[in-house]
Amino acid sequence: MQLFGRKMPLRAQIGLAIVIINLLAAIFVPVIAPYPEAEVVGRAWAGSSAEHWFGLDNLGRDILSRLLYGARLSIGLSLLITTLSFSMGVFGGFAAAVLGKAADMVLSRIVDLLLSMPALIFAMVVLSVLGTDLIVLIVTISVLDATRIFRVARALAMDIEALDYVEVARLRGEGLWWIVRREILPNAVPPLVAEFGLRFCFTFLFISALSFLGLGIQPPNADWGSMVKDYSALIMLGVPAVFYPAGAIAALTIGINMLVDWLLSINTVRR
Amino acid sequence: MLRRAALGVMTLWAASVLIFAGTQILPGDLAQAVLANNATPENVAAMRHELGLDRPAVERYVEWLGHAAQGDFGKSLVNQRDVAKELAPRLYNTLFLAVYAALIAVPLALVLGVLAAAFQGRAFDHIANAATLLAISLPEYFLGYLLIKWVALYLGWFPVLANVAPETGFFGRLYLSFLPMLSLVLVIIAHMMRMTRASVLAVMASPYIEMAFLKGLPKWRVVVEHALPNALAPIINVVALNLAYLIVGVVVIEVVFVYPGLGQSMVDAVSKRDVPVVQACGLIFAAAFITLNMVADILALVSNPRLRHPR
Repeated sequence: MQLFGRKMPLRAQIGLAIVIINLLAAIFVPVIAPYPEAEVVGRAWAGSSAEHWFGLDNLGRDILSRLLYGARLSIGLSLLITTLSFSMGVFGGFAAAVLGKAADMVLSRIVDLLLSMPALIFAMVVLSVLGTDLIVLIVTISVLDATRIFRVARALAMDIEALDYVEVARLRGEGLWWIVRREILPNAVPPLVAEFGLRFCFTFLFISALSFLGLGIQPPNADWGSMVKDYSALIMLGVPAVFYPAGAIAALTIGINMLVDWLLSINTVRR
Repeated sequence: MLRRAALGVMTLWAASVLIFAGTQILPGDLAQAVLANNATPENVAAMRHELGLDRPAVERYVEWLGHAAQGDFGKSLVNQRDVAKELAPRLYNTLFLAVYAALIAVPLALVLGVLAAAFQGRAFDHIANAATLLAISLPEYFLGYLLIKWVALYLGWFPVLANVAPETGFFGRLYLSFLPMLSLVLVIIAHMMRMTRASVLAVMASPYIEMAFLKGLPKWRVVVEHALPNALAPIINVVALNLAYLIVGVVVIEVVFVYPGLGQSMVDAVSKRDVPVVQACGLIFAAAFITLNMVADILALVSNPRLRHPR
């Protein structure tokens, strides 16, 4: 199998398959989910059966259906946040690289400040004041994430800006915006794609962790992290329900990592 | 080195500003949040006065930082108890767990990493590589619940809940917190080990290592005496970074095992919006994180003479 004109090793193929399956599940939930997300369809904690493959949860809802809807929320939210933080981070990083020393100083110091604390701790401090609102969650995580992307984008743009063809464009009298758009951005895209995968993973795990702590997605909505929290109490009674959402999180992370590893390796070869 | 230490103190101060700003200046009205259903205009005004929210933010910040430096974090908004007194035993518990995990994870990671580098391309290396990749990808709580399922429930070797009490003895603590420790070790060991392997291998490619081989030294001596000392600076950095990561891991793991530590207090406080407690916990975690990063940089300087005299 080929992608980007290169043969994919087995590991990357498995990774791609996992990612595609998850994406399809997230997109087509309403069609494939056997039951509505919030409907009580039987006795609480009923075991798995032909009608309910993964059994029923604490309120008697179908676990498989909730997993599928959880995929939609977890993946959709992570995609949204990663896109937001990428726009901010790449914009800021490029600005720091091309706008001169003063702008670089200011932006870099702000980012250093935000990076001086673990993201989870910082997010918890903010959430304690603003409450666990979905919008607050999205903005907080995007800003925290953007700081990491800023560093990568800035370093990339600095490298590219030092190259001769950028100098040529500058001498030709091209404007700053034109140089960023036509010279720097296209050359920064391949490494940024791999970075996007890594950041997506990070965001995805971060939201799950917050939800697991009860500070992320609030009921009645459920993502995989909050499902782990809801189902964890029953592990002592031998109900294995907690492993379905936790396993789903793990599988998607591993899948993306396998794919990103391969993307990174073709990037380094090309350089 | 002094400069790095000063930078660390500066960062810590900046973090305190950030925590304070995060909890005080952001647009959420604390008084409204605390009162929730009883938020009549008069009540809110009275509460704002009681919390000092009607005074300028800078004044409140100086006061808060001054008290915090003396170990006074104010009173909890939920139960009116003294925050510092409440948190002290929990801080001890968290430190105990973190040090316990670090003492086991760091030597183990170094030994395994060096072994993987020494047996590069052989079965041990491949197995270690696959295992660490798996451990990196798994969320902390997944590992925690796997351990609960297999070690605590199936084998019955350790208790499910790590409910240590203040009167629990030292060995009792070691026993009760074994599973949380093991989950933390699994979380941080993988990355440390991979980096140890990578930096030893990077050094192994240099000419003086070839020289050492050519003069007939056995492989273990080349690895331990020639490669390891030069690989040490990046390894120290990774170790410190992972210990800093331990701080985040500890929050989640404490919740999984219902371990009475600082992380759990912070999670509880955030969901109850008990701001003084959140501020105190945040400050302690940030201080630990910044200190570890600073120590890492200083140790890297000490271990590598070439870095001591920057241009």
